Amino acid sequence: MNKKFILFAIFIIISSVLAGCKSDEQSASSNNQLINVSYDPTRELYAAYNAAFIKHWQEKTGQAVTITQSHGGSGAQARSVIEGNDADVVTLALEYDITAIEKTGLIKKGWLSSFPHDSSPYTSTIVFLVRKGNPKNIKDWNDLIRPDISIITPNPKTSGGARWNYLAAWAYANNAYQGNEEQMKKYMKKLFNNVLVLDSGARGATTTFVENGQGDVLLAWENEAYLSLKEHPDEFQIVSPSISILAQPSVAVVDKIADEHGTRELAEEYLNYLYSPEAQKIAADNFYRPTDENILKQYADTFDLNIKLATINDPLFGGWDKVQETHFKDGGIFDQIYQKK
Amino acid sequence: MSKIFSVRYLLIGISIIFIFIMLILPLYVIINEAFHNGFSPYFNVISDKFTLHALSLTLLATGTAVLCNTIFGLFAAWALTRFQYRHSKLLTTLIDIPFTISPVIAGLIFSLTFGRIGWTQPILNFFHIKIVFAVTGIILVTIFVTLPFIARTIMPVLHSRGTQEEEAAALMGASGLTIFRRITFPHIKWALLYGIILCTARAMGEFGAVSVISGHLRGKTDTLPLLIEILYNDFKMTDAFAVSTILVVLAIILLVLKNIVEYKWHQVKE
Repeated sequence: MNKKFILFAIFIIISSVLAGCKSDEQSASSNNQLINVSYDPTRELYAAYNAAFIKHWQEKTGQAVTITQSHGGSGAQARSVIEGNDADVVTLALEYDITAIEKTGLIKKGWLSSFPHDSSPYTSTIVFLVRKGNPKNIKDWNDLIRPDISIITPNPKTSGGARWNYLAAWAYANNAYQGNEEQMKKYMKKLFNNVLVLDSGARGATTTFVENGQGDVLLAWENEAYLSLKEHPDEFQIVSPSISILAQPSVAVVDKIADEHGTRELAEEYLNYLYSPEAQKIAADNFYRPTDENILKQYADTFDLNIKLATINDPLFGGWDKVQETHFKDGGIFDQIYQKK
Repeated sequence: MSKIFSVRYLLIGISIIFIFIMLILPLYVIINEAFHNGFSPYFNVISDKFTLHALSLTLLATGTAVLCNTIFGLFAAWALTRFQYRHSKLLTTLIDIPFTISPVIAGLIFSLTFGRIGWTQPILNFFHIKIVFAVTGIILVTIFVTLPFIARTIMPVLHSRGTQEEEAAALMGASGLTIFRRITFPHIKWALLYGIILCTARAMGEFGAVSVISGHLRGKTDTLPLLIEILYNDFKMTDAFAVSTILVVLAIILLVLKNIVEYKWHQVKE
């Protein structure tokens, strides 16, 4: 009677769950599969790069390899790796996000010097995207605090890209007010008072500005701005501010997982090949600034090489840990300027 | 008289406009956007390997969730309406939890319990079971969010029928299975089907919980709703709407089935 039913039900559940596990196990244990957990704006870049890398690996070893991509907000993606997403490599927006993974022991200390240029194969910077013809005449950071301007930028608390936006503005303020912190905070407060929509991720902010037509100016990664321009050439234009920040997205092999999967060699080559001329050109074609100086020069008409670029390790910022501590932790400068609204 | 008429037409007019703006127009927009670039790009998107994978994953998760919830829903409804425990009220409330809890929280609960930092991790590791950021997790959260549907649709029917017929059958020596097959099941048949349809609809469209637990591995753990969001964020509007039409078609099929079942159920009641 009912006992049979119960047994039957238990049997079905167990078998279906096992079937689910099994298929995952098979894919995870194979060592010519690679999972790259990345952040939102790199979709197009890695779609192109993966194709090139698969070809390169085939030529080098004769093996076919499959690469699975995952994209999302940089911080959220780091979280997912910490909570169990089996990434062999991570290619995130911030050093800070990879450090968060390092703290759980999945990535070994010293990953930052495992690859050239602080493990940043490509860089980017923050520029302004405005409506075609620049109707509000936005030229530099000081225009953004005019009362008639509405700004779209993602939330620095949740979005890697937004932290760069915030820091670029801070670098400008530091220069404009000669390091007077009261006035710098006042500037930042005015700036964030003009923010119309504070999306949670960079891609969401771009969609708000580009597709939904909100706001006068989008603070965006240069690569995102160019991508929007490519999609809608007649609607937007890019304004390069006088000062911005050198954004260095970081890459790392997730040591523990790569070793479990037996994919270390593949994972290392995957990241190393990002520095090859071919990959650097792919990066530049996707509007990331190549770290290879020669290739960067070839693209001098795409990238404005005259922007003064501050870096995160400048004394003004003193590295990610310090920036996190002074600006973005609860009660930090960002909370002060944003809550006092 | 004419005043009443004009009020009537005004109200009907408002309703029609409302339905048009809220339901018909969005549907039209989806279909219009999907075929924006013509038929052949549409079919390219629909037959893309990522789309097909997302479709099969959605169907797998939905199928498993419906199967599990049908079996457990039957058991739960039976147990809660036929027997009185001290804690049966509590159990009824527990079944309702997925109704009230936000799916995102459901996803987070699973991810924190079965993830790498969850307390179950050593056990799962020992058996080489991977739950979060894998197909298993997607199936489990889908089961979780659709848990109450079937039990909740059968329970009122079982309540209203009472236990007399079943008791009579038991007195005449029928076995439990026979009672279920010959007496209980025919009564709840339509309610059960109705519950299954609701459960299917909910499972197919589930976004929040699945989004938390999926890890967005393209071609592995993307269901249709997740794929739609990815395509949308990729500036691939047309593709996103094209994939949406799959869900719309599935939804329409379910709606038709739901109406047939409602009609039949009504007939049986009379």
